Order: sequence, then C-alpha cells, then structure tokens
Amino acid sequence: MKLEGKRLIWQDYQKEIADDHYFYARSCIRQTFFPGAEAVFVKILKDELGKDIHDNAHHTSCTGIGYHSDVVPFDTTMTVVARQFALMTEAGYENYAASCITSFGLYTEILETWHHFPETEARIREFLYKATRREFNKPKNLAHASDIIYKFRHQIAAKAKFKLVDKNTGEPLKVVEHIGCHYSKMFPHKGIGGAEYPYVLSGMIEAWGGEVVDYPERRHCCGFGFRQYLVQANRGFSISCSKKKFESMEPYEPDLIITNCPGCPMFLDRWQYALSEMEGKTYGKNNHGIPVFTYEEVAGMLMGYNPWEIGLQVHQVQAEPLLDKIGIPYDASQKFKGKNGEDIGIPESPSYLKFYAD
Amino acid sequence: MAKHVVVIGAGPAGLETSASLAKFGFNVTLVEKEDLSGGHLKKWHALFPSLMPGYEALDNIRKGLNPSVKMQVSTKITGMEAVNDYFTVTGHNGWQAKADAVVMTTGFQLFDAHRKEEYGYGIYENVITSADLEELFASGKELLNRHGRKPERIGFVHCVGSRDEKVNNLHCSKVCCITAVKQAIEVKQKLPDAEVFCFYMDLRMFGRHYEELYKEAQEKYNIQFIRGRLSESTEDQDGNVVVKVEDTLLGKPLRIKTGLLVLMVGMEPRANTRTLARRMGLKSVSDGFIQPVDEVLHSNYTEIPGLFVAGTCSGPKSIADTLADARSAAFAVADFFKK
Repeated sequence: MKLEGKRLIWQDYQKEIADDHYFYARSCIRQTFFPGAEAVFVKILKDELGKDIHDNAHHTSCTGIGYHSDVVPFDTTMTVVARQFALMTEAGYENYAASCITSFGLYTEILETWHHFPETEARIREFLYKATRREFNKPKNLAHASDIIYKFRHQIAAKAKFKLVDKNTGEPLKVVEHIGCHYSKMFPHKGIGGAEYPYVLSGMIEAWGGEVVDYPERRHCCGFGFRQYLVQANRGFSISCSKKKFESMEPYEPDLIITNCPGCPMFLDRWQYALSEMEGKTYGKNNHGIPVFTYEEVAGMLMGYNPWEIGLQVHQVQAEPLLDKIGIPYDASQKFKGKNGEDIGIPESPSYLKFYAD
Repeated sequence: MAKHVVVIGAGPAGLETSASLAKFGFNVTLVEKEDLSGGHLKKWHALFPSLMPGYEALDNIRKGLNPSVKMQVSTKITGMEAVNDYFTVTGHNGWQAKADAVVMTTGFQLFDAHRKEEYGYGIYENVITSADLEELFASGKELLNRHGRKPERIGFVHCVGSRDEKVNNLHCSKVCCITAVKQAIEVKQKLPDAEVFCFYMDLRMFGRHYEELYKEAQEKYNIQFIRGRLSESTEDQDGNVVVKVEDTLLGKPLRIKTGLLVLMVGMEPRANTRTLARRMGLKSVSDGFIQPVDEVLHSNYTEIPGLFVAGTCSGPKSIADTLADARSAAFAVADFFKK
C-alpha cells in the first residue's frame, strides 16, 4: 500500500470547518449506547480548547432513522430539520455541529436539495412557519463532530497525557478506523478525505501516535445499515456484516477500533458478544475481543480522563487490556459505581468474552 | 509554389497524414511536442488482432514518410490563428509557421486511472493499467507483480474511464475490449497456469477477427469472462488485490483475490486539443473530442475552411482506423486546394 497515493486523494477532499461558536446537535441514540462520548466532546471543546459550544435542550431527532427506513416522508424530515436550524438561528449561532453521522448526512442532503431546488426550500419554510411560527437561516458551516475533533487533533495531542502507543514496546498501536456510511459515501466532498479513503479518523490516529490498519473489508458496513437491523427478520444480515469485518481485520491483530457513527460502535461492540455466544469465537487476543470506541472516548482516554467517567464500563468488549497496554490508570473497584458512588450493578459475565469486575 | 500544410501531432495519424500529403506534392511540416514521433504506439508492445509488434507497425508507418516532410519536434503548439486564406501556427518555443492548411492529429490521452478512486490505482501496488502492462510486455521482463511474485490470478477491468457517467465520460473508447482480450491471451501465453478473469459490461467485438480472438480466448486459453463491474478493490496482507464484483449473469456477488489487477483505461481528448479547438472556435460536443462537419460524409473537415482533423482527436479509433482516417484527411486537403 502506497500512503503517498492516499495523501494525493486526501488533498482533493478537504473542507472548511468552523473554528469556534458551534450549535451542537446531539444524537438520539448515542447517549444510550455510549453515554460518555458526547459529554467528552463538550468537555474537550469547552474546557481544553476554550471553544464556545451551545448545547440546546429543545432540539429533537432529525428523523434520520425513520427517513432511511421509509417511515418518515422527506417533507416531514426537512421540516423537522428546518426547526433545528431555527433553534440555531434563535440561539445566535451559524455553525452547526452534528453529533450523529446520519444526521450529518441528512443535513447535507437537505442543504444540497435546497441548493438545487429553491422552491423546495421555500415550501419547507412555509411548512415550518405554519406549524411553529419559526423562521431560520441556513448554517454557514456544517460539520460533523468528528470533523471538529479532526481539526483540533494536534492541539488535543499536545495536551494529551497518553498516546496510542504500547507503553512496554514503544510501538504504535494498530488501529482500525471505521467511518459511518453516511459521513461521505453520499457526498464525498463533504467529508475529510472523501468516500473511498476517508481521512477524518486516520488523521486523528496518526496525530495521536497510532498506526492505521487498512484491511480488505475496511469499507464494508458495520452491520447497522438500518433495514438490516430494524427489520427483525434481516438481523442475520446485520451480524454477518460485522462478522465479515472481524474476520477480515483479525489477521492484522488490531488493538482497537475507532468509529465516528452512533451505530457502528454499538454493532461492532455488541455483535462481538453475540458472535461469541453463537459460535464460541472471539476476536483479538486471549478472548478479550477487539475493543471499540468512539473518537471522543479515545480523545478522553488519551487526555487522561477517568475511564469510568467517560463511560467505558458500558462497553461489551472490555477496555482494561487496552488501558493496561497504553498505561492509562483506572480504579477497578470504581468500575460499576455511579457518579454519586452508588452501585450501578454488575452485568452478567459472557460465556467466552473476557469480563472484568472487581 | 507548392502549398504548405502543417500537421500537428506526430503519432500514427500525423505520420500517415504527412506521408500521404507529401505524396500529393505538398510541402509538409509535422510538428511534435515530444522529441520523437510515434505517440502512444512507441510504448505499445503488440497490436490486436494479429499481435503485430508495436515497434514493427511504427517502423513501417515511419518508413512511409517522405524525407521532404520537415519534422519540428519538441514543439508544443500554443497558438493558431486563421488569417484571410492562411493560418499562423505558433509553438511554445517561439517556432512559427504560415500554412495554407492545417491538419490536427493531436491524438488522445489515456484516462487517468487515479480518478476511479475505488479501484486503488496509485495506492495498491498490484493495480496497474493496460498501458503499464504493455510497457511491461515491451520491456521483455518476466511477468511478475510488484512484489516480485508470479501472479496466480490476474483480473482485467473493462471500461475504466469509458461509458462512465461518474467520471463524465459517456463515450465508448472502442479499443479496450479487444485490447483486454489480447492482453489476457498474452498473459496466458506467459503464465499458462494463471487464472485470468475479464470483468466487463458488454463486449464490443466490432472489428474483423475480434470475435474470433474472443472465442479463442475462451476456448483455447480458458479465460473467464464475467459480466459485472467492479465495486471496489482493496489489498490483503500479502499484497494481493481483493476485488468485489457482481456476476450479473449468475446474479451473485463475488469476491476474488488477484495477484495483479489490470485497469483497461480508455481514451480521452487531450487537454491541449480542447484548448486549441476552443481558441479556433471549433464546435465541441459533450465528450470533448473535436466535432467534424459531418461524422459520416465529411469526417475530416471542420467548420473552418482549411482546418482538418484526423485520428483520435476526433474520437476513439484503432490504429487501423486511424491510418485510414489519416489517408482520408490527406485526400480532403488535396480536394480543398483544388477548389
């Protein structure tokens, strides 16, 4: 593989990312799946980088999952998104930062639609006004939250206490990057690095000391792909997608997987448990599985945040072997304690995947 | 005094046009941007369907050139102007000529395979183009992949940069189907134990003996033709190129590991041809090739009296068609001077 060839492509796919003053639109599922990820994003931007980020309590789902599952019509979706833009406008912001990949893809699709069909935009403005008496400006800058972390990856590296490096050998960790399908596959020029060789996560991995693993099924869907999962009868497709990826990446012995989509870490993490129970097979060394993280969690880990405060204990594949490899300290006795010290309960141990509880 | 004709581009079309014009007794100046004539044919190992060596074809074409033809090499044409009943033609190095007629034989450029990002050219080492393979054949070296191994399986991807809306090329490049068949046979001749696959949309075997060669490829050489376009290629740990393709006749997706993947790059109009054509106010069509006055009846005439076209600057052609078109252009010029 010639990295130089990828670098030439990356030059063609750069985008403008606002420097400050973000209106942050959260994901509807991430706070359930990986509750610390969005909190880490806000903390890093506010506390570490001194940025202004507006977290609005009134925004709703973008309807993306319903839209892609054909249960929400496009006009409805556009009107809901127009309301999000109205909240941004009312709050005095122009830079929209989406936490969710599907939302980001959908906002991009809607803005492109309005660009090419101004009459559609006018119709949606009318719908929104009739329904809510709200008006809006379109964002001056639209970014996915991973674009913003990518933009500040070197500043984060400069402040980080740890690197994606094996503390015993000094060797870079081998990292699989998995990009959400809706990040750039629909609009390659809206994503850092384009659709075929996205750079948004690779750039973070390089800046934070790791080595990117390029494996044959890198581009393949994680297994969420809404219809594969939401239609119960199709879930075999979902888990087989994930399995295909694990089988393909396994020979490269990756230390971890980093993702930038709400669904990908969920499915790549939880399906490892399901596959182990179905087939007795685990990936990674010593039945540990291959740990899967969001890019915010990885940034938080490297900044030295308490792993339990950023929610790593809710991962199915346990984070401890990786924390040990990097040398990140943690208090095992606090793993299943809530913020107020209350016991949050210890999950049942899987049959094959290694589980750590004090 | 004999009329002066400037021919721009000394590939097969320019050489043949110049040779024919000289036979008519015209003063001919053949201008070439490179330091040697021959164009793409210089690097081409063998021609379909007879497998005639490229150098042999080129030698024969060059031999036809009358010594009276003045060669102006290493000169890139930067300007051309129609003034009354003559043209002034200017090169980047200050060279200038006055011509009674001009024949544009500026040829084509190969599609830049980097633009089909999903195929991994320039990224995965064992993804090469049909032109790279010809150079490898011409070098006489053993057919090894970039990791120094004999490839056990070789894939040919048809229509790379042709008939592809995604790269804004709707046209068929005409020669790639038969070139892939020819190259696949050459590979089998060199590596009889290798498996060879051709991934195609449809096979356009329009020329004489092309169909026979295609049949021979299947029956004698056991080359597998799979109807389906590649969706992507990636690389495994051993440097093999893993391709995903759908066999649309079986209705099944395939994943195949190849030791070498050859992209059949198509023809595009040269950037410089487009610029010159635009400056001269020539009609261009969406494919970017120069549009003659009439593709059936007057294929060498442009809308500007005295300005002619021949060869692939007016659309993809085989070498045989190019040579015939070049001779036809010389007749058109002679006819023009008679009037």
